[in-house]
Amino acid sequence: MSEPVSALMGARALGLIDLADAGLAGMVTLRGDLSSPLLAEALLAQTGCAVPDRRRVTTGVRGKLVWMSPDELLVLVDYTRADAVAAALNTALAGGFFTAANVSDARAMLTLTGPQARDMLAKLCPVDFADFAVGQVRRTRLAQVAAALWREDQDRWTLVCFRSVAGYVWGVLDTVSRPGGEVGLYR
Amino acid sequence: MSIRLTTGGRLIDRAHPVEFTFNGAPLHGFAGDTLASALIGAGQTMVGRSFKYHRPRGHVASGAEEPNALVGLGEGARFEPNQRTTTTELFEGLKAVSQNHWPSLNFDIGAINARLWRFFPAGFYYKTFLRPRAFWKWVYEPIIRQSAGLGKAPHPESRDADRYEQLYAFCDVLVAGGGIAGLQAARQAADAGQRVILCEQAAHWGGRAVVDGASIEGQPADSWVAATLAHLHGLPHVTVLNRTMVAGVHDHGYALAYQRVADHQPGADAPRHRLWRVRAGQIVNAAGAIERPISFAGNDVPGVMLASAVRDYLVNWAVSPGRRVVVVTNNDDAYRTALALHEAGVTVPAVIDARPQATGPLPARVRALGIRIAEGTAIRHVIGGKGVTGVALCRFDSDGGAVAETLDCDAVAMSGGWSPVVHLWSHCGGKLIWDEARAMFRPDANRPPLGADGQGFVRCVGAANGDLDDQDQAAMLPVWMMPARADYLLRAKMWLDPQNDVKVSDIQLAAQEGYASVEHAKRYTTLGMATDQGKLSNINGLAILSDALGQPIPQTGTTTFRPPYTPISLGAIAGEARGEVFQPLRKTPVYDWHAANGAHWEPVGLWRRPYCYPKDGESHAHAVSREVTAVRGRVGVLDASTLGKLLVRGPDAGRFLDMLYTNVMSTLPVGKCRYGLMCNENGFLSDDGVVARLSEDSWLCHTTSGGADRIHGWMEDWLQCEWWDWKVHVVNLTEQFAQIAVVGPKARQVLEKLGGMDVSRQALPFMDWREGRLGGFDARVFRISFSGELSYEIAVPASQGQAFWDAVLAAGAGFGITPYGTEALHVLRAEKGFIMIGDETDGTVIPQDLGLSWAVSKKKPDFLGKRGMERSAMVSADRWQLVGLETLDGSVLLDGALAPLPGKTPNGQQATQGRVTSTYFSPTLGKGIAMALVHRGPQRMGEVIELQGENGARVKARITDACFYDKAGEKQNV
Repeated sequence: MSEPVSALMGARALGLIDLADAGLAGMVTLRGDLSSPLLAEALLAQTGCAVPDRRRVTTGVRGKLVWMSPDELLVLVDYTRADAVAAALNTALAGGFFTAANVSDARAMLTLTGPQARDMLAKLCPVDFADFAVGQVRRTRLAQVAAALWREDQDRWTLVCFRSVAGYVWGVLDTVSRPGGEVGLYR
Repeated sequence: MSIRLTTGGRLIDRAHPVEFTFNGAPLHGFAGDTLASALIGAGQTMVGRSFKYHRPRGHVASGAEEPNALVGLGEGARFEPNQRTTTTELFEGLKAVSQNHWPSLNFDIGAINARLWRFFPAGFYYKTFLRPRAFWKWVYEPIIRQSAGLGKAPHPESRDADRYEQLYAFCDVLVAGGGIAGLQAARQAADAGQRVILCEQAAHWGGRAVVDGASIEGQPADSWVAATLAHLHGLPHVTVLNRTMVAGVHDHGYALAYQRVADHQPGADAPRHRLWRVRAGQIVNAAGAIERPISFAGNDVPGVMLASAVRDYLVNWAVSPGRRVVVVTNNDDAYRTALALHEAGVTVPAVIDARPQATGPLPARVRALGIRIAEGTAIRHVIGGKGVTGVALCRFDSDGGAVAETLDCDAVAMSGGWSPVVHLWSHCGGKLIWDEARAMFRPDANRPPLGADGQGFVRCVGAANGDLDDQDQAAMLPVWMMPARADYLLRAKMWLDPQNDVKVSDIQLAAQEGYASVEHAKRYTTLGMATDQGKLSNINGLAILSDALGQPIPQTGTTTFRPPYTPISLGAIAGEARGEVFQPLRKTPVYDWHAANGAHWEPVGLWRRPYCYPKDGESHAHAVSREVTAVRGRVGVLDASTLGKLLVRGPDAGRFLDMLYTNVMSTLPVGKCRYGLMCNENGFLSDDGVVARLSEDSWLCHTTSGGADRIHGWMEDWLQCEWWDWKVHVVNLTEQFAQIAVVGPKARQVLEKLGGMDVSRQALPFMDWREGRLGGFDARVFRISFSGELSYEIAVPASQGQAFWDAVLAAGAGFGITPYGTEALHVLRAEKGFIMIGDETDGTVIPQDLGLSWAVSKKKPDFLGKRGMERSAMVSADRWQLVGLETLDGSVLLDGALAPLPGKTPNGQQATQGRVTSTYFSPTLGKGIAMALVHRGPQRMGEVIELQGENGARVKARITDACFYDKAGEKQNV
């Protein structure tokens, strides 16, 4: 078995923001009825997280849950646990109408850090960042591709995109956050 | 000649001279100048020539409405034509060249057109270039292209040196215009706690009020402006943008604002333009008003300028269009210009007022200074060519037959009244009313552009709303032509649109020829179709048209106001999307290896896949042959990661797939694979691929590389819109796995070398799949073949895709393993007669056309396309159906070649009986092979038909089975 590598191979760029490959993350897509107590119980056991409300992220001792759609969550765990978590969820929820699948390798994850992160994201995403609270998530468009992003804390954001376009996403973020591109929209 | 005054100029810094060149001549201005004020200050009265007659042109205006002063700006990678001097801030080293003349601005051969004006009437092109028809392409078009057009396009090989970007922004109130009305609106909204974006197109604030020295809320305008701006800058929910023009208003409060971030500092490390894409709850149009010219003969001579522009130039930049400036007007406002000129020490020989009496307070002040006011008087014509030398006067209420007197002057300041800038109100359908007293269209507050809630979302304030600062003034007199009954020769010298050379006589001729609609008259005469979009000319033009048609102006109406307000750069529209990030480039986990190993790329959707891997000096064709031969003879390896992989799971998944595929998927045993076809409702083939049953309630559907997202969407569409109560989940796992195909007689040996899994015929037979460890990797191995050879497709986690690829190459080294690309893949499948979606299908082909009836269930009560493929035209025996073609001479047929028949179709086209869908040189067979759709093809085996060849030749080919290689399928099933 060889060491898995992320699409961006640990890249980092310091422009108006600190742009970094977040490396490999365990990601499990979970589809089903998000109000199910069975689902809540299984997720709590696997991650220590409560099921998030619409457009929210919850954090637990062994992972995060990111709301993706009215019937979909993204379960974030250590990369090495993803297969096991997907299998455990499928087992725990067997008999109901649920689907868990490991999508860790289908995605790339980046972090954007700095007070200008919102301004840089606003150059690419049609999102109003003014009332975008810490712990909130949006699935949106980043330039020409799909992306999901959430606010980790005041100045730190996590962004997830498909693996195949990681280079493109890196390229557009790097382009718009070159020095000279200050905006001052979000202060 | 225009001059720089020795004192004054509220925007210039005389301590900082700025050097620039115009047509190569070194000139200088001051920091704070526009290129226009610098040129005027440097005595450069003439700055270009007109479009049609090549008449000399000078500045008319001081802002975005300027029609004449367009220059080529910059050089090389930063050259840009048609830049307005009035909105170009002067910078050190600026290089400008004038346009539309040859060989030089001062001596222009094209000016002969002006002497031939009688031969260039309205609709000249339509009338002249009518026939003979054959002349259109070879004679007329080249001539018109040569002589028309304004600036030169940048060199085709030059690349814009600057960067651009866009920005999405949201606010409660977007204010367009940084004059007093705009600042007040912004302050009011901001103080009420609303989120505000305030845009001013110029670098400076305050609009007319600061120039005319108005008093606002008891303060001098400029100090009020400074204080208000400081207040707004201090509010966190307010964004204040200068050099930013709101270019267009679109549905649902969407507006585009064009920020010229770095135009004034070329080469700065900053985006040159930024396009703001704003969603606003309310848009406030505070764009002000534009003064109208007056139509008198020679009103296009350099030195004739709008009266308000003259004031702007005097007050802001301390330049004057001349030393002796005549003012001509139909209203009191222009008297401010006479006062400003007088105060600046410029002689005003007279104010020419068309009204019988000038009685307001402003005329009284002018009179008190001893300046002559000629009432009831008109400028009959301007004297001068490349500059004004005087004006000839006559009675306004006359035909201009008699010159009353002439006055010496070197410039004329004209004012025909004001037009509110209603563009942003009108872009989305706001309606206008005609204000009889001021002779102008103004927004009709009762008929605003409506949002989703049925309420207006644009509001006009200040001069843009028609609220002119004219309370103390005497009534203006609508003057559309001067003198009032001017004869034809005078009318033929009265310019309405100086950039496109449209005159009063042209509009009248258009009306006479039946162009009663203002939209038609505009296109026939080109009035308002120049780069300034008729900001100065439209109202005057439609007044002339109304008069010619004998109807009131509101009945004629205006032409349509379309965004953008003034041209915006293509760079801003493209934003960051250029160069490497012009378009997303999807990369498989093995992409870098392909690149490092000389892959010649083929775009597949947004993916880039290796077409082949040419070795040193090898042609692509040779590389493809080598790769095919290696697969057939030994073993090849292909990066098939782009293949769509959709997990379909749930209690109703089997039922769902039975509806989507033409064959039965619900009965597929776990551990098995089945090839399936998907059709749309019409029965036409849409996608194909191998489906693997993963477990009791889950299937993995492979789609074509280009079809993955489309088929995912197709599945979701049916699940969300039609069968919303079916319990099925679809998860797109396309990118979760790198999928590597190991193909060829030695494929099993390579996998055995990797080790870890039993890949024998018994343990893993053809069309089965197994999960396990292969070479230390978690792998899912599919025994499927798209080549006819022994073949394994191995899916491993994408993050280990490169490592697995390396491991396969290492394991295969001893067996001569050869990476192959998409073209070899195509040749291999064509040799086997396997169809390719997009080659053999084109959206009009049903499975039965391709001999795939075996994959269409006869038993299922329903599936998508079932009824479609039962329609009479689909079951007709006369359809074109799939066959193979072998040329008699072994040559390769042309792709897409038709099989012509003698005679014509009922539509008068060449009759045909088929066409080539795939054609290759087969290295395995050593000759050309092709697949084709041929009329009743399968019943015509052995028949020789003719196909189109190069240069009209015909190529004979024999109809054969589409499978050219291993018809029994023994090689893949070993």
